[in-house]
Amino acid sequence: MLNTSDILETIRMIQDECLDIRTITMGISLLDCCAEDMNTVCDRVYDKITKKAEKLVATGEQIETEYGIPIINKRISITPAAMLVSATRGGDPVKLAHTLQRAAEATGVNFIGGFSALVHKGFSAGDEALIRAIPQALAETTNLCASVNVGSTKAGINMDAVRLMGEIVREAAVLTADNQCFGPAKLVVLCNAPEDNPFMAGAFHGVGEPDCEVHVGVSGPGVVRSAIEKYPDASIDELANIIKRTAFKITRMGQLVGTRASGMLGVPFGIVDLSLAPTPAVGDSVAHILEGMGLSVCGMHGTTAALALLNDAVKKGGVMASSSVGGLSGAFIPVSEDAGMIDAAVSGVLSIEKLEAMTAVCSVGLDMIVIPGDTPASTISAIIADEAAIGMVNSKTTAVRVIPAIGKQEGEMLDFGGLFGVGPVMPVRGESAEKFIARGGRIPAPMQSLKN
Amino acid sequence: MKAVITVIGHDTVGILHKVSGICAEKNANVIEVTQSVLQDLFAMFMLVDICRLSCDFSELSESLTALGKELGLSIHVMHEDIFNSMHRI
Repeated sequence: MLNTSDILETIRMIQDECLDIRTITMGISLLDCCAEDMNTVCDRVYDKITKKAEKLVATGEQIETEYGIPIINKRISITPAAMLVSATRGGDPVKLAHTLQRAAEATGVNFIGGFSALVHKGFSAGDEALIRAIPQALAETTNLCASVNVGSTKAGINMDAVRLMGEIVREAAVLTADNQCFGPAKLVVLCNAPEDNPFMAGAFHGVGEPDCEVHVGVSGPGVVRSAIEKYPDASIDELANIIKRTAFKITRMGQLVGTRASGMLGVPFGIVDLSLAPTPAVGDSVAHILEGMGLSVCGMHGTTAALALLNDAVKKGGVMASSSVGGLSGAFIPVSEDAGMIDAAVSGVLSIEKLEAMTAVCSVGLDMIVIPGDTPASTISAIIADEAAIGMVNSKTTAVRVIPAIGKQEGEMLDFGGLFGVGPVMPVRGESAEKFIARGGRIPAPMQSLKN
Repeated sequence: MKAVITVIGHDTVGILHKVSGICAEKNANVIEVTQSVLQDLFAMFMLVDICRLSCDFSELSESLTALGKELGLSIHVMHEDIFNSMHRI
């Protein structure tokens, strides 16, 4: 018989500590849907997605019942849509966006990601058309997510794309101003984007991936916090071990669910993304883990060190628990989606500058940060450039998902609802970066030696 | 295939009878039962074979959850794989 305390521990993690599978994401290649005519592309895309993902949601629900573990989202990631646009003769990307929305509704998934372009070294035929269509596409759809990769460690940073993305983020906010500026919440600008990421908004299905596969993204900040709170006097290295043990258990559950989903759907299992993904729910916050380690407020001095410890221990514990790890693996720090981060930002302790430093040691980047509505596009571009530089130099994924709150100023809030949460408008530097951003061109790829 | 049924709550007469009654009705063979009563708190862990269930797993799960609500107990039924994978290397 199983150990009763193990059984109780699992039940407590799920019932009281918000342990869940954040997402089962099916990656689908759409390379075989290419055609010269956009209408043909749309028909093929719709048919392929609805066929491949026909049973995705039902399978997720069945696994939820069998294992008694909540699976919050079922999602789809697709081949970067810019590649399909490239193959057409001047096809309208917004039409493709509407098709993807219809496919999301038909399959019942929560999100479909991959309205994306990879332009870290330059724009190919369909890239710019797709990027320019992003604001309209996001305003006219609800379940579609877009992403653009503007830099990589091997290619450097495409500053023309950075300049353009500042304008696109702003435009996406303007077009959705009557809907809490929700557009840019579904748009992320990446550096070193992973090709097997199950998390939105940056999910897309890379060209090196198989035709179809399933990935799993786990969650569990509440479990980690509750584990470390049991040891208020533990030394830092003991804390690291406690986090590793907890991450192991969380990831094993992700591996189990992924393997089961892969078997039931008859497609290969991709990766487990070893992540601590917070939600706005009480007890599901990454900031509260850091505070549980002994910081009075997330964002104060010491936060970067605590986060580095957490992020590394999560990976070390998780790696052994899964046969295949990938995606964004690490702790996420999306401000509006994390109750502790929201409080820290409202109190003024957590600043964008500190968040930027934190992104050097944890997964992803400046995520779900609401900025004043009058922030110029060049300043948004400069924020993107800074973040991309951190990713490029440190050979890690970084990203920017900022939401300009049109018509709002510091001290006001945007309420996105659901998993997206509530975001206070955070101050940004008023000085202009216009001239730097207007230069365009490319930041060359960094040295891989002489690391200082 | 086996599942673990856990029952936690205030002790009353006939809990084991009612839970195992549902198992019998759905053709889930009870393999092992561990039960303890600490003061007023009743805790029972039941390992059942679900290979020959006469219904869907979800129906068994719903019946037990409904019984839990009726008796004011917390009843969970989960596939044993989840415990094996989380707690054993």
